[in-house]
Amino acid sequence: MIWGVLQFPGSCDERDALNACEVVGGEARLIWHDERDLGGVDGIVVPGGFSYGDYLRAGAIARFSPAMEAVAELAAAGGPVLGICNGFQVLCEAGLLPGALLRNQELRFICKQADLLVVDGPKSADIERFSAHQQVLSIPMKHGEGRYYAPDAMLDEMEAKGQVAYRYADGHNANGSVRDIAGVRNERGNVVGLMPHPEHAVDPLTGSIDGRKVFEALEGFA
Amino acid sequence: MTGDSTMPRHRELGLTDSEYDLIVEKLGREPNAVELAMFSLLWSEHCAYKHSRKLLGRLPTDGPRVVMGPGENAGAVDVGSGYAVAFKVESHNHPSAVEPFQGAATGVGGILRDVFAIGARPIAVLDSLRFGELDSVRSRHLLDGAVRGIGHYGNSIGVPNVGGEIYFEEPYEHNCLVNAMCIGFAKTEAMVRAAAAGIGNTVVLMGATTGRDGIGGASVLASAELGEGDDAKRPTVQVGDPFEESKVLECCLELLEKGLLVSLQDLGAAGLTSSAGEMASAGGVGIDIDVAKVPLREADMEPFEIMVSESQERMLAVVEPSRVAEVRAICDKWQTGSAEIGVVTDSGRVRILKAGEVVGDMPVEALVDGCPLYDLEPEAPAGWIYGNRQTLAPSADSEATLLALLAAPSIASKQWIFQQYDSIVGSRTVRRPEAADAAVLQLPESGNAIAVSIDGNGRRVACEPYNGTVEAVLECAQNLACVGAEPLGLTNCLNFGNPEKPVPAWQLDRAISGLAVVCEELGVPVVGGNVSLYNEGPDGPIYPTPVVAMVGELPNPAQTAPMGFAKAGDAIALLGPFAPTLQGSELAKQRGELAMGLPEPDVAAVAAACATVREAVRAGRVASAHDVSDGGLACALAESAISSGLGFRADLQDLRERGCSPEEALFGEGTGGFVLSGERTELEALGALVIGEVGSTTIELAAGDRSLVIGLVDATEAWRSLDARAEAVA
Repeated sequence: MIWGVLQFPGSCDERDALNACEVVGGEARLIWHDERDLGGVDGIVVPGGFSYGDYLRAGAIARFSPAMEAVAELAAAGGPVLGICNGFQVLCEAGLLPGALLRNQELRFICKQADLLVVDGPKSADIERFSAHQQVLSIPMKHGEGRYYAPDAMLDEMEAKGQVAYRYADGHNANGSVRDIAGVRNERGNVVGLMPHPEHAVDPLTGSIDGRKVFEALEGFA
Repeated sequence: MTGDSTMPRHRELGLTDSEYDLIVEKLGREPNAVELAMFSLLWSEHCAYKHSRKLLGRLPTDGPRVVMGPGENAGAVDVGSGYAVAFKVESHNHPSAVEPFQGAATGVGGILRDVFAIGARPIAVLDSLRFGELDSVRSRHLLDGAVRGIGHYGNSIGVPNVGGEIYFEEPYEHNCLVNAMCIGFAKTEAMVRAAAAGIGNTVVLMGATTGRDGIGGASVLASAELGEGDDAKRPTVQVGDPFEESKVLECCLELLEKGLLVSLQDLGAAGLTSSAGEMASAGGVGIDIDVAKVPLREADMEPFEIMVSESQERMLAVVEPSRVAEVRAICDKWQTGSAEIGVVTDSGRVRILKAGEVVGDMPVEALVDGCPLYDLEPEAPAGWIYGNRQTLAPSADSEATLLALLAAPSIASKQWIFQQYDSIVGSRTVRRPEAADAAVLQLPESGNAIAVSIDGNGRRVACEPYNGTVEAVLECAQNLACVGAEPLGLTNCLNFGNPEKPVPAWQLDRAISGLAVVCEELGVPVVGGNVSLYNEGPDGPIYPTPVVAMVGELPNPAQTAPMGFAKAGDAIALLGPFAPTLQGSELAKQRGELAMGLPEPDVAAVAAACATVREAVRAGRVASAHDVSDGGLACALAESAISSGLGFRADLQDLRERGCSPEEALFGEGTGGFVLSGERTELEALGALVIGEVGSTTIELAAGDRSLVIGLVDATEAWRSLDARAEAVA
């Protein structure tokens, strides 16, 4: 599988994401934000960082980039799209995922290891890969605007449809996310976004290798 | 700039009358406003090192692994396989004391530019901070602002903050210290120097536009004491934009990788004045700069303002005329500015033009190297010149004493701080903050890893500047040994008081001597440094604070020891020439008993202990390694226990043979001690003294007639108590 990793001015974790895609057995290449053509990649990672400085609202400018138009098309066609941290914010701003990310409850940037629960998906064949992984993943989080929010009615609907992908384990919801939500997916399941950084959990020397499962879970959509 | 209208302009700008006369002599006429502004900056302490340069000549700077030494934007050492690691520490003390968020943020921005200016990609940031006591509202405000500022800049630009150190001491109350360190990684052959070359080449200014921020920062803020009315100096603090820096960084690295630049220099203190002057000086050429071609934030800026502006996120490059279009196209790609503002000449002069008309014309030599260097007039103080404040009764029992030490803000866990920094971006961080004695970064490109430690206990240096500085260097060496690293090079930031006063002059003189001798004995070259003087408040000078940072190499990133114990049943041992006393210790501070004097470290014996520990860690013969530092052996053992969640029992009775009282054995401080854990036979084979065993949920310590038992839970609570106290800021 060939992954494309978007690069905006201000991206920070794009090289880490490239490396992670390769560690899980894929090929990976950087895609400059100006590119309207994704060059035939099978899946996309929208990486972490501070696209365009995030001075307006995290992800609010990056969503308008030509590459994001192409990503929306790939998502509509059922291709895998993974948004990590700032990438998650971009996907929410672009309307590819429901909800929004607010400033952390304590109003401080937080960098720490977090335990995530992989949440059951709906009874769709595509999503069963997630259920197979049901377990706790140890993955680092690092963000200032990671408090997931959506209105209750929307959350109820998302949960009914199995759109909550990852929740913080007890005692690990450091940013105050509603219903402990760490990551969500679209109805089809091919677009996933999460605040913690699976690309920083692929090498035993730098922490854990649990992040590999987050990438692997999307390979079925390629 | 505030001013007294009766004061001559040159004095307002910080020049003495005799310095002014010398400028007139060198120019053969009175300087105009542009020239005076430029001289005042390049002849400031911050740029000219006029009170420290003579002393700095004592430092050893050569070594087989040195790639770049002092005088470049950053020092660099060879790490093998054709790669080098660059590093530098710089202060941003006075800006942070005036406006902590932007002061600290731009401190990080500035040190990053120093490193990518030589063609190295920044891979880590560390910082060394000093504030007044944590119970002061001012200190908590400064701490909060500085930490947010460091996080804001470093997090946004994607460079991990992997470690550092912080002390809270009364003498920093009015003059906090913010020293930032950056580590870079580069292919050795791709690195560039900052010397302008090639007559007729184009000088290109890249990055942000130039505004009125930071005008006079180097002379007004960095080269004078802080005092009343400092709020009026706020306009001299620069404002940082990490997004701009991120673009300039990537742009510069791409330009260098494509070989499009002849040379590159960052714009830091004194802005265009120092970068243009220093580039010309290093290359032995002249430079013409046309201020009308500099992109401005405000249309009506005067030529002198443009030349001295300290607007951030700017770089100056020398480019062959035929490559200028290509360079500017890459700047456009990264959405960062570029302008052709000047040309390299053979005149040996820095000429400032405004739309072609000459508004300043000075010999490079006079401007950059013409500042007189001064001898200090050092005089030892008659006794302890700093205060003493008792916060712990000498009658406190051993349990209460250990808990008070673990809760001391300078000793307690700094988790509250480092969790506000991204410590993992870049995928190199093998040991995160407080996981080991030194930060460890893997280098997959060269197959090995580096370790970094930064240290400088000003209180101990105040007790005896020579021995205290030797200890700071040894502490770094010990920290590196704990993760199996061998020192490659050292850099430093010398934070001292007013060098024109006898006691700070004595402290500086003694500290630099200590630094020179210990580096010589250890065989560790000093590859760069920074000096920050005039760190004084209304109550006098800060503690003399030489912050030293050491970079070491380890062959295998998988083979490093954590500071926490590994498993119950392991033996605990003490290794090294550790003979603690209460002099200069945290306990002496809490009892209000600080006085002059500190034992002389046995450098050779400490170096030998470091080698033993290093080899043992590399060979996997120890399960944990932690150096004995602030709070003594009791605190070192407790930290290894808290870090792992494993209690222990230890008897320090054998330290009696080293002339230590029970109290000194428990809480005394000194250099050269390592706490190791592992198989008893392995530890004994290393020559270590077995003192206890890992296990249980308590900390049990005995030393002669003193003994203590506390729950690991209570010790952990004390050590973690900084979080709540620092948060009490809002």
